Amino acid sequence: MENVPVIHVENMTKKFGDFTANDKLTFEVFKGEIFGFLGANGAGKTTAMKILCGLSSPTSGTIRVAGYDAYTQTEMIKKHIGYMSQKFSLYEDLTIVENINFYAGIYGLKKTEIKEKTQNLLTKLQLWDEKDKLIKSLPLGWKQKLAFSVAVFHEPGIVFLDEPTSGVDPITRRQFWEMIYEAAYHGITVFVTTHYMDEAEYCDRVSIMVDGRIEAMDTPSELKKKYQAETMNDVFTKLARKQNN
Amino acid sequence: MKTIGHILEKEFIQIRRNRVMLPMMIVMPIVQLLILVHAATFEMKHIRMHILDLDKSGISRQIINKFKGSPFYEIINFTASDADAENDLLNNNADVILKIPSDFEKKLALENKAKVQIIINAINATTAGLINAYTSSILADYNKNLIAEWTNAPALLKSISIRTTYSFWYNPELNYSNFMVPGILVLLVTMIGVIMSSMNIVREKEIGTIEQINVTPIKKYQFIIGKLLPFWIIALFELGFGLFLGKILFNIPIVGNLGLLFAFASVYLLAILGIGLFISSVNNTQQQAMFISWFFMVIFILMSGLFTPVESMPQWAQYINIINPVAYFIEVTRMILLKGSGLADIKKHFVSIAVYAVIIINLAVFKYRKTN
Repeated sequence: MENVPVIHVENMTKKFGDFTANDKLTFEVFKGEIFGFLGANGAGKTTAMKILCGLSSPTSGTIRVAGYDAYTQTEMIKKHIGYMSQKFSLYEDLTIVENINFYAGIYGLKKTEIKEKTQNLLTKLQLWDEKDKLIKSLPLGWKQKLAFSVAVFHEPGIVFLDEPTSGVDPITRRQFWEMIYEAAYHGITVFVTTHYMDEAEYCDRVSIMVDGRIEAMDTPSELKKKYQAETMNDVFTKLARKQNN
Repeated sequence: MKTIGHILEKEFIQIRRNRVMLPMMIVMPIVQLLILVHAATFEMKHIRMHILDLDKSGISRQIINKFKGSPFYEIINFTASDADAENDLLNNNADVILKIPSDFEKKLALENKAKVQIIINAINATTAGLINAYTSSILADYNKNLIAEWTNAPALLKSISIRTTYSFWYNPELNYSNFMVPGILVLLVTMIGVIMSSMNIVREKEIGTIEQINVTPIKKYQFIIGKLLPFWIIALFELGFGLFLGKILFNIPIVGNLGLLFAFASVYLLAILGIGLFISSVNNTQQQAMFISWFFMVIFILMSGLFTPVESMPQWAQYINIINPVAYFIEVTRMILLKGSGLADIKKHFVSIAVYAVIIINLAVFKYRKTN
């Protein structure tokens, strides 16, 4: 891992009227890192992620994503990131190849390049024979793997994954994480939110959000040591409980 | 430009693959033209008349013969009983009762005037008005001849004072389909423009793909053009297809310049697609979009003069038509097709619809940018 920050956030605050969704978040994510962004429902994860993706503008703070400013250069940010939403994002009524062509085309990839990469990708995923099948005819696990592949197809610097494995069986989740590791190995920074604490163990570093603030941030092993916990699950429960008392 | 191309490619694949959309685009114009043109007619034929002849005289028989001879009337019953006549009207067997009272002829001879009674079923006020006009004019016509006869002068001389002759311009045979077909075509183009475009955009919100689109480098204007252009093309194609059907099925006249009609339609569609975009930006589900679209469509269409003449609407209703794009297009279509109007004749409409398009598109784009 090189020590180059690709996401630099300082005192990021987002307010909706009187409600503070993100309260002075400060963190950095480095190139090739797998960064777990954890927190209970409503803790403010999605709000923060939307700002980092250029979908929403922050109220205050300094934010740079892939070297671009989140206030003024959202279009440049969008060019250099990939995103996979919680809601399924491929077109059900298009085939696998048509979906890839569409998204890759939007990012400005050349036709010959798309063709070659598509063949490599689908062969690797063992989906080459299904390439002309409609997305809606595929099982959920395959769809999620495809959605991830499409999100990193244009080789972005950072990929944002918003609960990518919800509703997926354990075996497919395992395979999914292998794909995440591979992407990180190739230098793509992975910013992932999840509710599965076993997945948190796979991350290089983890931050835990409680009520709009980052309550803890470190490697999983350091966090477990600090909170004297067996698993990340215990760490998470302790932090959430502390807040409730 | 390339980005828009990618969006267009995707849209056309999706439209082609949609099991409802493509067949509907072929079937809709055929069905609308065949059914609506024939069914939604105000031509009066087969007025069902019950004759209540209490006089049974030479004169009454002459009057009855006048109606028998008319192509518009069908004498369904012939009685001398008030109750029977009323029953026919109540049971909707007859549209009108013609009552000739007893001593009609005698009274006419002695006092030089006598009355007949017309009782019309007025549940449908438009039809009732027409029946009244037809029946009265047949009676008046007979009356005129009678006066001439009785005063022993040549009929022509006596009735010379004022004579009305009719010549119907632009639609000499009063062919109803000539009037309806252009209107139906407008309906078709408008429905595609508003309903299909608004539902298509909202669909992306509903299935969640809009979120993915928003994090890509696609710019808002590229997305809007990529989404609306297919329907602009399809609607213009439908207009051509509908005109072709109108020509072969009804042989409608195409007096004016088709290029001018399509030029107007192109601008009109910008306004209509703007409305579609606006609807899609204030709604989150296809159901809401459909409901709102219908709300506007029903008002626009009923007010537009498609079925009832705008001129006979109250003044305030005519003012509403200033913001009704459908009214402009229906008028222009009829003007160009039936009358052969040129650019100079429709200049005012053209400018109005262009201004309309600019305003509504700006409004819609503004609203769209804010909400997505």
